[in-house]
Amino acid sequence: MSSPSLLSSQSTASRKDKSSAMVPDDFMWQGYSALETQWRVERLLSRYVACIDDDNLEEWPSFFTQDACSYEIITRENVERGLPLTLVFCTSQGMLADRIVSLREANIYPQRWYRHIVSNVLIQAVAEDHLEVQSHYVVLQTRRNGQTSIFSAGKYKDRIVLQADELRFAEKRVVVDTHSIDTLLVSPI
Amino acid sequence: MNAPMTPFAKPWIANPDGYRVPYEVFTDQVYYDQEQEHIFRGETWSFVGLDAELPNNGDFKSTAIGDTPVIVTRDQNGQLHVFKNLCMHRGALLVRESRGNAKSFDCVYHQWSFDLTGVLRGVPMRRGVRGEGGMPPAFDMANFGLDALRVEVMNGLIFASFSKTVEPLADYLGEGIVANIQRIFNRPIRIMGDYRQYIHGNWKLYAENVRDPYHGSLLHLFHSTFGLYRATQKGFTYMDPSNRHSLLKATASAAPTSASEDQEVYKDVRSYNTEFHLKDASILVGRPEFDDRASLVINAIFPNLLIQQIANCLAVRQSVTHASNAFEIVWTLFGYADDDEEMQMIRMKQSNLVGPAGLISMEDGEAIEIVQDAVIRDGKKTSVLAMGGVHSGSVDHMITEGPIIGFWENYARYLNLGADLKK
Ligand code: FES
Ligand SMILES: [Fe+2]
Repeated sequence: MSSPSLLSSQSTASRKDKSSAMVPDDFMWQGYSALETQWRVERLLSRYVACIDDDNLEEWPSFFTQDACSYEIITRENVERGLPLTLVFCTSQGMLADRIVSLREANIYPQRWYRHIVSNVLIQAVAEDHLEVQSHYVVLQTRRNGQTSIFSAGKYKDRIVLQADELRFAEKRVVVDTHSIDTLLVSPI
Repeated sequence: MNAPMTPFAKPWIANPDGYRVPYEVFTDQVYYDQEQEHIFRGETWSFVGLDAELPNNGDFKSTAIGDTPVIVTRDQNGQLHVFKNLCMHRGALLVRESRGNAKSFDCVYHQWSFDLTGVLRGVPMRRGVRGEGGMPPAFDMANFGLDALRVEVMNGLIFASFSKTVEPLADYLGEGIVANIQRIFNRPIRIMGDYRQYIHGNWKLYAENVRDPYHGSLLHLFHSTFGLYRATQKGFTYMDPSNRHSLLKATASAAPTSASEDQEVYKDVRSYNTEFHLKDASILVGRPEFDDRASLVINAIFPNLLIQQIANCLAVRQSVTHASNAFEIVWTLFGYADDDEEMQMIRMKQSNLVGPAGLISMEDGEAIEIVQDAVIRDGKKTSVLAMGGVHSGSVDHMITEGPIIGFWENYARYLNLGADLKK
């Protein structure tokens, strides 16, 4: 007897995004106008990738909500097959912090610089206490020999909340088009 | 006059102080081409997938044996087949998708159509168009079925072989390896998903890596950094009678006989540390699910498969070669169909430990690439395999390179390198 899968709530239809759904131009959220909300979301994303690219990884967990949060990196291949397996699966700030300690102290990996380019920031749903936001990303990697190539392309699916006057990620799901991982994945995306 | 045509002029050396393998095996195209013919397309069984990936009649996936593209499919009667992914007309890839469900395989180029058992069923314009053209009378569709491989399925693992003469799969694997397959694949599985890891190195460096039980506590420092690992944990290294396959097995429960012994073992190790602690240790929470209580099982099956059980993290890893300096590891993680939701969550959390982003395994990719980069112009120089004594075969510990020697003995035999390397 097969018990329900983790994905049982996720129908085939919901694997396809309804990215074209529009929120109204004139919404208000947490006292912010639509324009200001958009600006704050973009600033959050810019600060998030600056934190990673400037190697301030110890601060990276603080972009997420404190009590419970979710950070996943999953390949588009698994998403489209309806399979749950993630490359990274964190369910608390503690797990995020442990990844960074491991990266700093334990793991062995090639020295590379990463640079994130984020664009197409689209607020897809506005709820009382959170926003659903999709954006696109590209991560460039520069190897020790100075050559730069694309390491990963994909999109962010974020659930953003206001906590202690800051926007934070309650959920961040990184859906990776580049499902063939070049050697290894150590730094967060 | 009678000089042998072999490009492998220099015999490999097995001296009392070490077994030596020339680095050219990792860089030279001659070896790469020979191993495609004599290993991947030779007298071996290669892993091509899990039958749980193809649950329905008509399901197919495309994959590769070595670098030869193949199709795995379940026909309308539920029978599994493996074909070369090669149209019998003029050689196009017949299946261009990585997976799907089909009633027939129709080549896009000129629409030759093959049924799921590989029989050619349709050739458009066979009789010409308005009396012009068409295939000659001598053309017989029965002669143009797909190239089929031999297929054997063991507990849901699908293996295929290009050889008509290779021994049956169970004999090829040997009893001990079959027992491990039966142990892990003891009931229906549920596939969690795939990872694909592209490594800029030779596939045999990975074959060595997964047959190397002693690098774990030295290269992979996650456990020692967080004060979790004990090199003193008890394990053994099993090899099948042919020494092609190996099974590395460790039990977590074996505590060090004393703290000072642990310190002694780790005194030369970079980072044995008690300074760091996991903030969220739920990543390590598990459930014992095997009677033998083994916490680590690494079962390498010649030439392209690895079966792993790391705590509750179950996976198969298939190597696909691309060139002498490039290969891909396709990981498929799975649980059991009867896992409850908590168990599914345990496996999801533990999956953080393995794969290309795995906290305890990511280093293997880097280890392979730094060898590949270093040996590029030193093909005649050799590595030295000596740990544990210079021999293959089973031993009751894990501080050995014996399984790697077993791999090379068989490699030399398959490629007919000439020397009896055991002497
Ligand atoms: S190559 Fe396939 S039909 Fe011509
Ligand atoms: Fe390893």
